[in-house]
Amino acid sequence: MPTDQTALSPATTADPALPSVADPRNPGMPLDLDWVRAVQANTSAIERRAATLPGRRSVKKEFQAAWLCRAISCIDLTTLAGDDTPGRVRRLCAKARQPVSPALLDALGLPGLTVGAVCVYHDMIETAVEALEGSGIPVAAVSTGFPAGLSPYPLRIAEIGESVTAGAQEIDIVISRRHVLTGDWQALYDEMAEMRSVCGTAHVKAILATGELGTLRNVARASLVCMMAGADFIKTSTGKESVNATLPVTLTMIRAIRDYHERTGIRVGYKPAGGISKAKDALNYLALMKDELGDRWLRPDLFRFGASSLLGDIERQLEHHVTGRYSAAWRHAMA
Amino acid sequence: MNVPELFDSMEYGPAPESAAEALAWLVDQGDAFGHFIDGAFTEPGETFESRNPANGNVLALVTQGTQADVDAAVAAARRAQPKWAKDGHARARALYAIARLLQKNSRLFAVMETLDNGKPIREARDIDIPLATRHFYYHAGMAQLMAAELPDREALGVCGQVIPWNFPLLMLAWKVAPALAMGNTVVLKPAEYTSLTALLFADLCRQAGVPKGVVNIVTGDGAVGEMIVNAEVDKIAFTGSTAVGRRIREATAGSGKALTLELGGKSPYIVFDDADLDSAVEGLVDAIWFNQGQVCCAGSRLIVQEGVAERFHTKLRARMDKLRIGDPLDKCIDIGAIVDPVQLDHIHRMVDANQEGETYHAQTPLPEGGSFYPPTLITGLSPAAVLMQEEIFGPVLVGTTFRTPAEAVQLANNTRYGLAATVWSENVNLALDVAPKLAAGVVWVNGTNMFDAAAGFGGVRESGFGREGGWEGLAAYTRPKGTAKALTPIAPFEGNGAPADPLDRTAKLYIGGKQARPDGGYSHAIYGPKGALLGHVATANRKDVRNAVEAAHGAKNWARSTGHLRAQILYYMAENLSARAEEFAARIEALTGKGGTDEVEASIRRLFTYAAWADKLDGQAKGVPIRGIALAMREPVGVIGVLCPDDHPLLGLVSVIGPAMAMGNAVVAVTSEPFPLAATDFIQVLETSDVPAGVVNLLTGRPADLAPVLADHLDVDAVWSFSSSHVSAEIERRSTGNLKRTWVNNGLDRDWTGAAGEGRAFLDAATEIKTVWVPYGE
Repeated sequence: MPTDQTALSPATTADPALPSVADPRNPGMPLDLDWVRAVQANTSAIERRAATLPGRRSVKKEFQAAWLCRAISCIDLTTLAGDDTPGRVRRLCAKARQPVSPALLDALGLPGLTVGAVCVYHDMIETAVEALEGSGIPVAAVSTGFPAGLSPYPLRIAEIGESVTAGAQEIDIVISRRHVLTGDWQALYDEMAEMRSVCGTAHVKAILATGELGTLRNVARASLVCMMAGADFIKTSTGKESVNATLPVTLTMIRAIRDYHERTGIRVGYKPAGGISKAKDALNYLALMKDELGDRWLRPDLFRFGASSLLGDIERQLEHHVTGRYSAAWRHAMA
Repeated sequence: MNVPELFDSMEYGPAPESAAEALAWLVDQGDAFGHFIDGAFTEPGETFESRNPANGNVLALVTQGTQADVDAAVAAARRAQPKWAKDGHARARALYAIARLLQKNSRLFAVMETLDNGKPIREARDIDIPLATRHFYYHAGMAQLMAAELPDREALGVCGQVIPWNFPLLMLAWKVAPALAMGNTVVLKPAEYTSLTALLFADLCRQAGVPKGVVNIVTGDGAVGEMIVNAEVDKIAFTGSTAVGRRIREATAGSGKALTLELGGKSPYIVFDDADLDSAVEGLVDAIWFNQGQVCCAGSRLIVQEGVAERFHTKLRARMDKLRIGDPLDKCIDIGAIVDPVQLDHIHRMVDANQEGETYHAQTPLPEGGSFYPPTLITGLSPAAVLMQEEIFGPVLVGTTFRTPAEAVQLANNTRYGLAATVWSENVNLALDVAPKLAAGVVWVNGTNMFDAAAGFGGVRESGFGREGGWEGLAAYTRPKGTAKALTPIAPFEGNGAPADPLDRTAKLYIGGKQARPDGGYSHAIYGPKGALLGHVATANRKDVRNAVEAAHGAKNWARSTGHLRAQILYYMAENLSARAEEFAARIEALTGKGGTDEVEASIRRLFTYAAWADKLDGQAKGVPIRGIALAMREPVGVIGVLCPDDHPLLGLVSVIGPAMAMGNAVVAVTSEPFPLAATDFIQVLETSDVPAGVVNLLTGRPADLAPVLADHLDVDAVWSFSSSHVSAEIERRSTGNLKRTWVNNGLDRDWTGAAGEGRAFLDAATEIKTVWVPYGE
């Protein structure tokens, strides 16, 4: 089987063979307010670039199939609902292990393909860890008073510790939007730095909730501050805001990642979340990552989709690729 | 490669657009084309090959036009024109049908354009064809509105149109749509490299029910273009190189044919240190790597603030490496093929000859075969470098750095061209301060290469004249209704009588706010109708013209003064003239033998008219389809040389300096040749009316001597002539030096006492419209 295990495997520090080890984690840096305040983001220009990208980039046939498989490998398969139960989470984990029917994966030559991670609330971590045992798929937990991040600060910090103890290898924290909206970058930095430190070996994704930050300039500056404070990933949204991941927000955040890499040599990951439900969207995101950041960011240690329904559409496209027939949703196993 | 390998490599792979439909259309036409004349295709004549520049394959044979073909096309257009001009609504329906048909066949046009021109299918599909379609929709509306909104204008007649190969269908649309909307008929020649979409368009005109003879397409090389220029047409519209534009200006000089030229450029792209640098980098992809850089308004001169230059160039080089160059029909390609091997050689030669700066070619693979040139950046050039001055017309960006906003403007304007300019800054104060200072017809703030049918496009300086798009574009395809009579030359009176004035008064030239003796030291006598010696006036020569132009440029602040201030001064002039009305009336009567009271009164009224206009010729905010505004700003032309009407010595003078002054220009006026003393008396009115030095300069002398000097002068922006001397043709011919705007009477009379003597025509001639695009949003 020619599948590249390196590429398929999630980012953890447990396995020395993983690329996240080859690539050092982001150690952070002192808050550089001059840099933060100099950051600009021209909304119109960013929107134009985002709008023309789908017309500039097109991936067809076996290339498209490969790209869609790559997208699957980068999915944080997610359930974040009040009615989650252990049964529901076990089903999700089964889908994470076998995201596409074995017959299709065999036909594509990628029988071992799994998603990037499973993303759940704290209470579901143990169930998920158990269900994914031996698969190499990490469990990510949303934390710090997700989604609003307005529970008492000590509790938010404590929640991270609980989740790590429960077995989460990745923690998706939410930032205090008010620090961004009031320009209190020091407070944002301090909060992020402390959250990063209590994550320990677990990787931390900083959810900016971009739909609540008001401007792309704020998005760019918040991205930078979170990276300075040691975020391993920056992530757009909780999925609970009225506007979630968009291409313009993505462009803004990944350009911040590029700047951070240019100046520090450190690669920070990116996770768009919410609202990405079509295979074509996934291809656009991958193309944007490839063109703006480079191929290195097309691996699950540096790129994830936070999505729950995307996989279904990709499965249908893959079946079309293999059979030449347009597919139906009910032909593919649900999570 | 199989899926697992691709899963690892994550390459893009080919994404070809099918050429089948377009090729099938060519086969259906027999792969060989005649012209489209009088509603039908002619049999192919002597043909040449039209090739796909991406692979050199022959697409079709296209006919080289002959004189007989051009004559037949012009005759067909002439026959069709009167009926076509009658019914605006019928024209609106035809233009609407064209727009709809373009939309319905959009992919066919896009693929054909890409095959013929080599541009990426994305650009043809997402930019060229939609913009062309939009142009027809927009002008369908103009045809509908013409009768109501432009009641005093009428069609010019038959328009000869010669277009370039870089945007074959789009340039056709820019030419054909407004011409047709205003009731003209057209004879259009596409560029010989790219005739196919024009021929496809001709086919579509038949389906749209465009009456025969209204649109005629004649194909061929530059020789055919020359035939059209010299044909019995009423207007020539040309888009192409500055060199050819000059030849057309010379060829049409004195013919009375209306002319608009949209020529080359070396457009600056200014990046301030507070710009969103990543977006400015991406803007350059749209500026210089759009259409392989074969864009007249390409942002080809990068001017970056020193403090961020290194970072900016690093980001830019990284972006260049990501550009994909290859098969233009591939939907995943950024840069296609250079239109022809001849052009490719030209780019190579220009870049290879450069010895200065640091040259970077994008590290992106080039396809084998075909006409391809890699995206290229040459930094660290001095303004004197050939590549900073000459248009390359390829994917080559050249650049330098600046220290202050003032220096950025200086560098930007250090060019013979003036088509477009781009400014990147997050500071609205800075951007909106710089935009008006740039010598360009179009300025884009925080964006680039934005176009729309509602917004005027066109240049200043050697980038040509006239605007395409918007209400202002219609001026190029209409003229005022009515016919003008021939103007008889007025000879000075002769005589040998005694001086009329007991004390010798010396009328001098008025230059830079001072009365100046003529450089040559000669004067000539002015006699009254009965031979009385009225006085002497200075005989100005070329050096006096030089001094006057110099003085006019010294009055730069006038252009920046407020309309309110200019109005005050014009009113003041009227006031001071009124105080001396009797004296001026007597002078006019002594000079001309006709009563002067009415002329003085009319002159006072005229000054009031332009005082009124000084703060009222508003710009417009255009309804362009972006989130943002496109401002059509009226700017003064600059320094205008005017040959005043001879018959009304005072009214003629104020009728030309009035609008020029009101709009912020400085004037060098050559006064009425036979009756100059009213103008020289007027010097005292100017001196007592707070007119800043240099704003008005008055020369007395022979128009035949002075007109050529003004027309030749490379620092004069426009020359108008209402002189009864036959200088029109020479002015137009000599204007090619800097392609200055000309407005000449061609020996036709104008009623200076009536409506034709004032108003919009003068204000339009005294202003350039600059379109400033400001997208916004936070």
